[in-house]
Amino acid sequence: MADVAKPANGETLRDREHRSGRRVAWPTSRQMLALLAILALASCLVFMTVGVRGNWGFVLQLRAPKLLAMIVVGHAIALSTVTLQTLAGNRILAPSIMGFDSLYILIQTLMVFLAGTALAMAIDPIALFIAETAVMVLFALTLYGKLLGGATRDLHRLLLVGVILGVFFRSTASFLQRLLDPNAFLVLQDTFYASFNTVRSDLLLIAAVLIGIVTAIFWRLVPQFDVLSLGRDTATSLGVDSTRLTRISLGLIAVLVSVSVALVGPLTFFGLLVASLAVVLVGSRRHAETILAASLIAVICLVGGQTVLERVFQFDTALGIVIEFFGGIAFIAIILKRGFT
Amino acid sequence: MIEAAALTKLYGKARVVDEASLTLASPGVTAIIGPNGAGKSTLLSMIARLLPIDGGRALIDGLDVTRTRGDELAKRISILKQENGLMARLTARDLIGFGRFPHSKGRLTPTDYEKIEEALTFLDLLPFADRFLDEMSGGQRQRAFVAMVLAQDTRAILLDEPLNNLDMRHAVAMMRLMRRAADELGKIVVVVLHDINFACAYADRIIAMQGGRIVVDGPVEEVVSEETIEAVFGLPVMVRDVEGQRTCLFRA
Ligand SMILES: Nc1ncnc2c1ncn2[C@@H]1O[C@H](COP(=O)(O)OP(=O)(O)OP(=O)(O)O)[C@@H](O)[C@H]1O
Ligand SMILES: [Mg+2]
Repeated sequence: MADVAKPANGETLRDREHRSGRRVAWPTSRQMLALLAILALASCLVFMTVGVRGNWGFVLQLRAPKLLAMIVVGHAIALSTVTLQTLAGNRILAPSIMGFDSLYILIQTLMVFLAGTALAMAIDPIALFIAETAVMVLFALTLYGKLLGGATRDLHRLLLVGVILGVFFRSTASFLQRLLDPNAFLVLQDTFYASFNTVRSDLLLIAAVLIGIVTAIFWRLVPQFDVLSLGRDTATSLGVDSTRLTRISLGLIAVLVSVSVALVGPLTFFGLLVASLAVVLVGSRRHAETILAASLIAVICLVGGQTVLERVFQFDTALGIVIEFFGGIAFIAIILKRGFT
Repeated sequence: MIEAAALTKLYGKARVVDEASLTLASPGVTAIIGPNGAGKSTLLSMIARLLPIDGGRALIDGLDVTRTRGDELAKRISILKQENGLMARLTARDLIGFGRFPHSKGRLTPTDYEKIEEALTFLDLLPFADRFLDEMSGGQRQRAFVAMVLAQDTRAILLDEPLNNLDMRHAVAMMRLMRRAADELGKIVVVVLHDINFACAYADRIIAMQGGRIVVDGPVEEVVSEETIEAVFGLPVMVRDVEGQRTCLFRA
C-alpha cells in the first residue's frame, strides 16, 4: 500500500494545489476518491438496512452474501478492465469485449459436457470452479498472450480478433449446450445470464479469497502499470519487462473474469462503463487511483442500482439488463467520440 | 561503453541495418547523420533493446542487451525515440518523474525530486512544469521528453532527433546541454541530427549512414567535406570554414 499512497511520479501536494487552483471547480483525485468511497459505503449501508422489518439477524444474514458478491464482482470487473486497457494500449477495450467472458462460459460448458451430467452434479462445486479457473488461465495465456504481447497491438486488430473470438466461443458453447441433457443444462444456465439474485453463494468465500490475492499482486505491479502507459518502448527503456508484465497480468485477469462470471454471469459493457467513468473522474496518471475509483464506482452502480430496483421499482431481476443498457450506450458514445483513434 | 558488432535488422528481405559496427568507449558527443530511411532510428532502437536484433550483437558496458535484465540496462542506457505517444494524460513534471523509475521503482526519494528539478531547469521547463503535455507546444513537449531521458541519468544516452520542433535558441541550448553532459558529467551521448551544422558545431565524432550501412565514421573535419556529404545525401553542397566553424550549405 505504501508505495501507491505516495505519488508514483513526481507530483507534490503543492503541485496539486497549484493545479486545482487553476481548475477551480474540479476536485482533486483524492477528494474524488473520498467522495466515491462515501457513496459506496452509503449504498452498502442502505442496501443492508432499508426496509428491514422483524428479525434483523435473519435479514442481514440473507443480504450479506449478496452484498459481498456485488462488491467482489464489481471490483473484479473494474480491476480487470483498467489493467487490460493499459496492457492493450487503449481505453476502449475490456476483457468481456475481447471475449474473455465467453471463453469462460465455453470452458464451463465443456467441463460439464466432458464430465457428463452425473459427475458434474456430484463434483464439489468449489473444486469444479478451481479447475475451470485454472483452464481459463491457461487458455487466456495461450490465446491472448501473443495478441497482447506482440510488437503491434493496434486497436482495430485487437477489437476485431476479440469480437470474432467472443462470437466463436459463445456459439460453440451454445452448440454444446444443445447437446447436453436438460439436467446438465439446468446446472449451467444460471451462469449464462447476468443475475444478481441467483448469486452462487457456495463460491463466495473462495471467490473473495482469490480476489484478495489477485488484488495484492496487482498492487505490487501498479508502479509498472503507470510506466507502461507511457508506451511499450518507453517502458522498456525505463526497465519494465513488458512481456513478463503482460503475461502475469493476463493470468490474473483470467482469474478475475472467472470469478465474476462464475458468481453472477457475463456483463459485457459494465467494465468499460466503470473504467471510463473512473478515468473521467480521477484521470489515468496513477493506476492506484484509477483502479480504486473504478472499483468504487462499480460498487456504487451494482449495490446502489440493486437497492433502487428492488426497493423503489420492486423489480427483482433487471439490474444486469439496466447495467448492460447504460454500459452499451457508454461504449457507443466512446467509439463515436474517439472515432477509433 | 556502447559496442555494436555487425548489427543487422531485416524486414523481409530488406536489410534496413546492414552489419553496422561501432564502439563508443569514452565520453563525448557522437552525431549520426544520413538521409531518411538510412536506418539511423533502427540502429539506435536495436542498441537500446527496443527492437529485436536479427544479426550481430550490441553490448552496453559489456552486457549483451538481449540477455541482460531490463532494469539493469535501464540504469546504464536511456533513449529518446523519434516519436513518443502517451496513453495517460500527464504533466511535464509527472513525465520527468518517470525518468527516475529505474532508480526508485516508483517511490521517489529526495534525490529523485532534486534530479527532476534539475532536468526541468536545464531544459527551461520550469514555467510549464505542471502543465499537461497535451497543452504544450511541440517544442516544449519535445524538451519535456528530453528532460525525462536526462533525469534517468544513465552514462549512455541515445537521442533520436532531439532537435525536432525546437526553435534556434532552444536547439542551440539543447546541443550545449549535450556538450556539458559529455564534458562535465562524462556521458556518452549519441544524437541523430539532420542539420549537419549542428553536428559540426557540437559533435566530436560523426557517423554517416546510408542504405543501412555505416559509410563514414570519424571526426568532424574528416567527415564533413563536400565529397563525403554529396555522396551520402546525393546532393551538391558547399563546405566552408566560417570564422573557424565548419559549415555546410546546400546549393540553391
Ligand atoms: N516496421 C517496419 N517494417 C518494414 N520496414 C521498416 C519498418 N520500420 C522501418 N522500416 C524501414 O527501415 C528503413 C530504416 O528506417 P529508419 O526509421 O531506421 O530510418 P531513419 O534513418 O531513422 O530515417 P529518418 O531520418 O526518416 O528518421 C526505412 O527504409 C524504413 O522504411
Ligand atoms: Mg529516424
